[in-house]
Parts: sequence; structure tokens; C-alpha cells
Amino acid sequence: MADNGEGKNEEADYKRLHTFPLIRHTDMPEEMRVEAMELCVTACEKYATNNESAAKMIKETMDKKFGSSWHVVIGEGFGFEITHEVKNLLYMFFGGNLAVCVWKCS
Amino acid sequence: ELKEEFTRVLTTNNPHVPKNLIRYSFKEQAYEPVSHVDHMAIHFSLNGNMIAKDSDEGRRQGVKISTAAGSFQKFSHLCASEEGKRCLVLSRRSHCCIFLQGAGGEEAEESGEVEVSEAAEAEEPPPPEEKEKKLPNQFNFIERASRTHNNPMRDAACQSESAPHKNFSDCANQWHIYEAYVEEVKRIEKAKEKEKARPQTAKKEEKKEEKKITLTTVESQGDVMSKISKLAKIMERMVTQNAFDDIADDFKYFEDASDEFRNQRGTLLPLWNFQYDKTKKLAVTAISWNPKYKDLFAVGYGSYDFMKQGQGMLLLFTLKNPSFPEYVFSSESGIMCLDFHNDYPYLIAVGFYDGNVAIYSLKKGTSQPSYTSSGSSGKHSEPVWQVKWQNNDMCNNLNFFSVSSDGRIVSWTLIKNELAHTDIIKLSVEATTVQWPEGLQLQTFGCGTSFDFHKKIDSLFLIGTEEGKIYKCSKLYSSQFLDVFEAHHMAVDSVSWNPYHLKVFISCSSDWTVKIWDHTIKTPMFVYDLSCAVGDVVWSPYSSTVFAAVTTDGKAHVFDLSINKYEALCTQLVVTKKKNKTTHIQFNPVYPVVIIGDERGHVISLKLSPNLRKMPK
Repeated sequence: MADNGEGKNEEADYKRLHTFPLIRHTDMPEEMRVEAMELCVTACEKYATNNESAAKMIKETMDKKFGSSWHVVIGEGFGFEITHEVKNLLYMFFGGNLAVCVWKCS
Repeated sequence: ELKEEFTRVLTTNNPHVPKNLIRYSFKEQAYEPVSHVDHMAIHFSLNGNMIAKDSDEGRRQGVKISTAAGSFQKFSHLCASEEGKRCLVLSRRSHCCIFLQGAGGEEAEESGEVEVSEAAEAEEPPPPEEKEKKLPNQFNFIERASRTHNNPMRDAACQSESAPHKNFSDCANQWHIYEAYVEEVKRIEKAKEKEKARPQTAKKEEKKEEKKITLTTVESQGDVMSKISKLAKIMERMVTQNAFDDIADDFKYFEDASDEFRNQRGTLLPLWNFQYDKTKKLAVTAISWNPKYKDLFAVGYGSYDFMKQGQGMLLLFTLKNPSFPEYVFSSESGIMCLDFHNDYPYLIAVGFYDGNVAIYSLKKGTSQPSYTSSGSSGKHSEPVWQVKWQNNDMCNNLNFFSVSSDGRIVSWTLIKNELAHTDIIKLSVEATTVQWPEGLQLQTFGCGTSFDFHKKIDSLFLIGTEEGKIYKCSKLYSSQFLDVFEAHHMAVDSVSWNPYHLKVFISCSSDWTVKIWDHTIKTPMFVYDLSCAVGDVVWSPYSSTVFAAVTTDGKAHVFDLSINKYEALCTQLVVTKKKNKTTHIQFNPVYPVVIIGDERGHVISLKLSPNLRKMPK
């Protein structure tokens, strides 16, 4: 019973609190970071059901703004090893269960 | 019937050739018609006997021919007699070949190695020649070619550095995400608690950190600035040198060649023009060259106008950078005179319009004088017209003299960072002691306007006054003058000892004259009337007979007594605007350059033409 209560609380918390965008690792400069993060949030919210379209939107916008050859991975369970240009990596969580990794490598 | 036309066609077909030949072909094992039959009929063939000159055989023969050239003639006769027939060949070569192949003439015609140029009649063999001569006809022609020089090509390639790359790896699982969020939430809550608990101390720490950061950035900027200023200075010099490139060339190399035709007269070639924004309303009151750095000179700015007294400036320019002064000092009162110290070229003594004197040190960064006199320390009550450094006194203190319209010659000594004054002489006008009602005797003082110290005899000096008299004085006698010269009718603007002739001095005055004196003789040796008030006169450092004067109508006059005793060698209008008066002139100790200052704050440098620079023998 206590467990159930706690479980419910946690669930509620989880849904409420764990949806904010949480940057896990980045080495971008401040402005770039803010822009990229907001872009990711927008894309994920827009294409909540379709990761591919969200990734496509992010990648194209980043290419236009910051130069060519950006790569975007959105998913709920994946491991990765990438080579990225210095100061062009963003790895963040969003929505409680989505992980977004954006990096530039020409 | 006769009118019928018959057409006959000429073809190249051979009528004797069978049209339908059949042959057995073993390949097909059958009889086959031969499709094509040759229609060609050969009527005549002749084997030729020409060989190419460049082929092996041809070259071999060429060698043989040249070796046999010596004994050519003999054998030509042989050939002629033996053959008794037409020779087919013309060239000498062929004759030699005939010889070579044998005594018998019958082989001549058969020789397959004879070169035939043309089937032609027999001719006398051409005269022997040492070398082969190329016959220029339509088969032999001489080629000539040339080729322009092409610059050699070079490959150059470069590759830009690729942007730095780094590897990154991570795992994005649901539990990772969950844990990350939980941590983040905890952290935020902790931060909120901390803020509530200690709001103030946190803020203070932040501020301190900020200050530290700003301090360090400022310091590093300071270092950067000093380095940049050095570089910027070099850049500035380069830019001005490029901008005034032709003037720099003139300064160094231009010698006016027309001086030879000018009959001993000379000219002054204008070089750079030095000016500064803030001194545009001030007049140049003093110019002096630095004794150590021959291209650095100091200009004092003030105003000669009694009514319009404003601030003064002291600028130091260098010939290397005519666009901006190296040092700028400003003062409250107009500067009237200045002097560089001979041993310490960074010390400048300055006299002001308000009677003060000051010493500026170029080593210190401030634009304020290092030492200055004040009302209590015995400043003059009238403008100081001239200052001059003296040798260090007994206690090795710096020492300079000043002369002023209040009639006092004062010696200033720098003792322990303060200026102490000593009155040397008071210029009293003779026979003008006035009796005041209370029994006081009041002496009126003459006004000193200029002075100069003898180059060798340190204690002997001359004072020029506003009344037009020149007093010869000694530092050792403070109350009496050694001698008085009734020099001019108006104020003596400048006196100067001749640097080479120790007895001679020159004086100029607003009464339009320049006079040259021997100090043992009461009357002047030479008098020059320049038809305008003379602002300044100065001896040249390179010749004992050359001196220059500037008049208030803007002209500079250069005299050379060894060449022309009565006239100036050069009279030239130096300033462009009409109402501009030239105030001072100075010779550069090393270069053949004079600088002239005027009332508008401009300093013009001029180069002396060769006629003006003749050194005495």
C-alpha cells in the first residue's frame, strides 16, 4: 500500500518532472547550445510519434544554420560511438524517455 | 542521220581484262567468282638510286666525301677523262663518290650510292669547299626558329587543416534516462535549499569572483596594450614614411642642381610640415633640437599677444614621424622658451609667460612638469624670454639660467627635487633712479629679452634687452656689467655667439636690422636691413660665416659672409598664408635642415640647397 502510494507518486513525478530537456553532455558554445536544444525540443514535440521526421527536421535546420554535415539520432535505447568535430556535440534527454544525440562531422 | 549524236564515254576500265573470272578457292572448296580485278596496267618502271641523306648509308658517304675533299680536283679530271660521257650528277659529292668506287668510269653510273639532285648536263665540278654548303633552292631551305622565354612552371598545393575531431560514445537506455532525470531533480532541489539558506554569502562570493576575473582580464589587456603600442608605433612610422616617401627622398638625396647656375644664391626646399590639432591657435615660441637624438626637436607653443593669453603646449616631434608629436605636454600658461640639457637629453627647461619656469622630464610618463617654480620660490613677475642650461654646479646639481622682462637674470638650481633660485643680475637702467617721496630710491629695471652664453668662457654672457641695448656680463660680477652695446632702436629679439669665432656675436631686433659684432668693438661690424621686423637669428653649426634669420613677413633669409657680405644668399617666403609671421628658426646640428616656426602653430622643415651649405676651408 505504501509502495503503491509511492509508486503512484513516483509515476506522477516522473511524468511531470522528468520531461524537461536535460543536457547530458555537450561541448557547444553557449548560443549554439541553446539554439540546438530548443530546436530538438521543438522537433520532438512536433513529431512525437515519428523519430525519423524529427531527426530529419533537426538535421536539416542544423545544416542550414551551422554548416554542413550534421548527424542526428533520436531514440529510446541505443548505444553509440561517434567522432565529432570539437565544439559541435549535443547529447540530451527529453520527454522522460527520449535521447537525442546531435553532432557535426564532415 | 548525220545529226545524230553518239556519246562515247572514256572509262578507266581495261577492256582486255576479263569481267567474269572464276577461280577455285580451296578454303571454300568451291568455285568462286573473283570479285575484283585489277585494272591497272604498268607501262614503264625505272628503279631509282637515291638514298636519304640522314640514313646510315648516306651519312657514311658524307663522311667519306669530306675526307676526300682535299684531293678533289685530280679525280674530277680522272672522271671526266674516263667517262667521256654525260655525268648525271652536279654535286661535288657525286664526283668524289665516283672516285671512291674505283678507277673505272663504268661503275659511275651504276653506283647506287650517288646522290642525284637533278638529271642535268655535265658541268665543271664546282670549286672545292671545305664544308658542305647548303644549296638554297626549293628543296633545301634553312630553318630558323626562336622561342620566347617561358617562365618555368611550379606546382604549389596546400591543404587546410581539418577541423579537430573527437570521439564520443555513450549508451542511451531507458534506465539511463530515468536515472539522469532523478539525479537532476535532486540537484535542483538541493540548489533551491542552498539558495534559501545562504542567499547573501553566495552573492558576495559571486561578486568577488567576478572582480577577480575582471582584474585578470584588465591586467592581461595591459600587457597586450604595451606590446601593441610598440608595434603600433613601428607601423605608424612605416605608414608615415610611405605617405611622405618623396619628402624623405628629398631630405636624404635631393641636391638642387640649379644652384650652379644661380650665381652663389641658394634656395630652401620645403620638406615636412609639422602641426598638431591643439596648437592651431598658438604661436610657436621656441624651437630646440635634442642634443642626443638628432632628429628629435621640441617646440614650445604660447602666444606673443598680451591680450590673448591662453594655455601653452610643449610638443616633441621627430623627423621620422611628421604627422604626430612623440610627446605632448600641456601647461596652463603659454611657453615662451625652452632648452634641452646637453648631458641629460631627456630634461627640458621651460619658461612660461606667467614668469614660472619648469623642468619637464621625458622619461616620466606624465604630461606635467617634474619640477616647477612657484610664486613663493622666486618666479619672475614677467614672461620668461629665455632659459639656458648650465654645467652642473659644485654639488652636481642641475642648474639653468632664465631671463625675463622683470629685469632679473635668475639661476635655478635643482636641489633635492625642488627648484631654488638665485638672482644673478638685475638689469638696472642707468641714470633712472627715481626719488620717491619717502626717500626710497627706486630703480627701474630694464627688460631682458634674450641672452646667450659664450661657448668657451662659461661665465661670460650677453643679454639683449627691450630697450635695444646688449649687455656683456659675467656670472662672477653680479652688480655691474662688463660692457654695454647700444645695439638697436627696439627690443633685441635674439643674441647669439658665433660657435667658431669666439669674439663675434650676432643680434637681431624688431627694428628690422641684424647686426654682427665683435665684442671688443663698440660698433657693429655688419648691419643688415631686412625691411621687416626680425624674429630670430641663428648661426649655422657647420660654418662660421653662415647664419639665418626669419622676419615677421614670413620670409627666411640665409647669409654667408664668406661669399657675399652685403646680401642674403637666399630670401624665401616660407609660410603660405599672408598673415602668418615666422617666429623662430633653428639649424639641425647634423642634417642640412632648418626648422621654422610660425604664428599658426606650424613648424616647417626646409632643406638647404648646396650653395647655402658651403663649409669654410
